[in-house]
Amino acid sequence: MRRDIFQAIADPTRRAIIALIAVQAMTPNALAEHFDTTRQAVSKHLQILSECEVVDQQQQGREIYYQLKIDKMKEIDQWLEQFRKIWEQRYNQLDDLLQTLKSDKP
Amino acid sequence: MTAKLLFDFLVDQEKNTITVRREFAAERQLVWDCHTKSELLEQWFAPSPWKARTKSMDFRDGGHWHYAMCGPEGEEHWGRMDYISIQAIENFRAWDGFCDAEGEMNAQLPCAEWHSTFEGFADKTLVQTVVTYQSLTDLETVIQMGMQEGLSMALDQLEVLLNELKK
Repeated sequence: MRRDIFQAIADPTRRAIIALIAVQAMTPNALAEHFDTTRQAVSKHLQILSECEVVDQQQQGREIYYQLKIDKMKEIDQWLEQFRKIWEQRYNQLDDLLQTLKSDKP
Repeated sequence: MTAKLLFDFLVDQEKNTITVRREFAAERQLVWDCHTKSELLEQWFAPSPWKARTKSMDFRDGGHWHYAMCGPEGEEHWGRMDYISIQAIENFRAWDGFCDAEGEMNAQLPCAEWHSTFEGFADKTLVQTVVTYQSLTDLETVIQMGMQEGLSMALDQLEVLLNELKK
């Protein structure tokens, strides 16, 4: 199964995890305290986020700290920007058409 | 276009919707016609240099617009806009999906629901379109469907095109 940035943000718990680890690196245990779910469930989400390549892991002693790769998240903005441009261009074309139609009228 | 017209593009990643609001310097009937008559839709719906070409159009509840997006290299992407409900010059709802040249829907590709509303203000019209996808991954697929290669080129040509059309 292909993993990408869109799967990373597809789940509400993962979106919440992203919001938390965007601010500071956290361990699975520390993250689990924020959710009404098991540590295993949080670990599973972190695994998916790792596969989506949106998190960095850092081993400190016996603990693994997870942190968000901010650059990766910017990809979303980039493709949404493309989509915005499609609409913008399409509508600029409609402006021209409306101008033409209006001037055709007596 | 020198006049600055309102353009909003809002993304709700939780609801998988994109809301596009745009003002047009024309009366509502004319703007409505441009969205609902195939011979007019063809003139603006595809971002240049892509062109929309109609195979069939049946604008009524349960009807559909079967069209192709034609690229500069002869590429063709077939699409179908299935009209769910229409209230003349007020709003329409539709399913926008991909199909083949015969109009057979492609279930592998994402489908989105459109809800377009038209509001008139004196000599201006505000069009709001809410596009709802099943998931954001769907939206990514749509963009990868060749639209972007036409787009970067299109943006460079836009200045030229607009100036030519104004002549």
